[in-house]
Amino acid sequence: MANILSINNLRVRFRTDGAVRAFIDRNQDPYIDAVLDVSLSIERGKTLGLVGESGSGKTTIGRSIIRLVDPAGGTIMFEDEDIGRMSSNRLATLRKDISMMFQDPVASLSPRKTVGSLILEPFKIHGIDQINQNQKARELIEMVGLNEAFLGAYPHQLSGGQARRVGVARALALNPKLVIADEPTAGLDVSVQGEILNLMRRLQVDRGLSYLIITHNLPVIRHLSNHLAIIYLGRVIEIGSTKDIFTNPAHPYTLGLLSAVPQPDPNKRREKLKLEGELPSLSRRPTGCEFHTRCPFAVEKCQQESPIRQEIEPRRFVSCHFPFPLSQVKVQTA
Amino acid sequence: MEAKKSFSDSSDFRRESRFSNLVQLVKNPLGLIGLIIVIAIVSSAICADWIAPYDYKAFDIKARLSGPTWDHLLGTDNLGRDTLSRSLYGGRVALSVALISVSLSLVIGLFLGMLAGYGPRRLDSLLVLIFDSIRAFPTIMFALAVITIVGPSLNTVIAVVVITTVPGYARIARTQTLALKHTEFILAERSLGAKPIRVMFSHIVPNVIAPLLILASMDIPVVITIEAGLSFLGLGVKPPTASWGSILNLGYSFIRDTPWMVIAGGVPLILTTLGFTFLGEALRDVFDPKLKKD
Repeated sequence: MANILSINNLRVRFRTDGAVRAFIDRNQDPYIDAVLDVSLSIERGKTLGLVGESGSGKTTIGRSIIRLVDPAGGTIMFEDEDIGRMSSNRLATLRKDISMMFQDPVASLSPRKTVGSLILEPFKIHGIDQINQNQKARELIEMVGLNEAFLGAYPHQLSGGQARRVGVARALALNPKLVIADEPTAGLDVSVQGEILNLMRRLQVDRGLSYLIITHNLPVIRHLSNHLAIIYLGRVIEIGSTKDIFTNPAHPYTLGLLSAVPQPDPNKRREKLKLEGELPSLSRRPTGCEFHTRCPFAVEKCQQESPIRQEIEPRRFVSCHFPFPLSQVKVQTA
Repeated sequence: MEAKKSFSDSSDFRRESRFSNLVQLVKNPLGLIGLIIVIAIVSSAICADWIAPYDYKAFDIKARLSGPTWDHLLGTDNLGRDTLSRSLYGGRVALSVALISVSLSLVIGLFLGMLAGYGPRRLDSLLVLIFDSIRAFPTIMFALAVITIVGPSLNTVIAVVVITTVPGYARIARTQTLALKHTEFILAERSLGAKPIRVMFSHIVPNVIAPLLILASMDIPVVITIEAGLSFLGLGVKPPTASWGSILNLGYSFIRDTPWMVIAGGVPLILTTLGFTFLGEALRDVFDPKLKKD
């Protein structure tokens, strides 16, 4: 199978109390699990969408792939190597193959540098001599649909959409194989969102890129991603092809997320499930199925037993005691 | 090329004028006065070799302790040395001590502060402990102690000033670095594979340098008075080197014979201190309006 990246049982922990504090409080385990038992994979040239509410750990998963955060357990296989066990020298070269786009388009550009020097930064970092720097900068900036006048601009002179394009140019400068895009459309007008997504898709086709797109915005991801992984409290609760998940969500949380998307056509009906309440605290995870506190279908079993991940269709996994049978739920009925 | 058309019209990004800050500085009356004084003092110190009428250590025994005459515009001291010339050369000492020690403090403080802010937490705690311990010493007392051990010289003065002022710069650099450490652009650089040294010098320095420069411009008058104070006490420059502090000390001894030495040592000291203070405050208002006192 041609997976460019496969993650198995990834776990990421953050320390909540310092050593002294934890000792005084007799806290044996001063950590929270931001990401727990996450397994997913991305096929070469395809796009995986990582969907979840704020605070669900999706950004942390993205950051641990590029080792901005160190995983506490599990494996992250990129091609045939475990990223979690890479030496720092190997990591430096890995960062040519995987690049990341950050949430805030303007804040992710170093404020005192010009656009030109920002998009050439990857070459300088990796000591790749560009014989004709200006030529390369022009190529990159034109690739993302800006003209070369922008090379002299500073980040604060750019609009969100322009800054995002610069971010795309920088991310693709070294011809990476995998791009992790954290909320690529956050803070952009709807029309600009469309432009950025079209740009990303065009570049994917041209260069055979694989994407991991992290978002809470389902409509954004629908047309770009081949597969979706739904994250809740740092766990993957449902994973499958985008089409299947949009038409036949199996987990009640997925249905809840889909229900929150406004329907443009008032004549179309879909079963609605309103999600109540807040995301529970990571430091006090609910017992049993962690979604039971908000699940309208929860029964006693859900409070006591954690559901096991089951394959309900080929390559379609769900963690729920009572997944919606695929035939029963007709989400979109005429 | 779906979006090329919509961006082709946004044409030029002129660099924001480098001179706009200077214009703002000059519009502020304090800034203008400060700038004029500073330029006058600095140029007279630089040109001392040409504009001073006599060598600062040349004796004119016949004209000891004279008042202003056409030969000696500000009179002479007890050895018949020309006070105006000594005052001009004294400016050279004051300014070089101030500039050397302030720039050394700035560079060392910037580096240590960034190291504390960006480096591991244990190193941070250690450095902060050291900074706080140094700050607990009063500068003059510390200087007296060190000079008693090492002996008076200009280098000792510079070393003492650097040691006692570094923590101020380091603390500012540290807090700014801590604030920047988790911003997205630093994470983005790291995700591109940038090593810590590169992140610090290429991306953190340009963002922490402005407040440090303001602090430096306000530290210059402080350092000038410290040097003058130590020289006055006989712990700074060695004779026959001229310094405003040593001129003042001599003038103090011979004040019954002539007041001109005290004037020639005191007035430039006051003017320079005022000039740099005005300039520093005006600079602060221009670069960091948030700090402006109402």
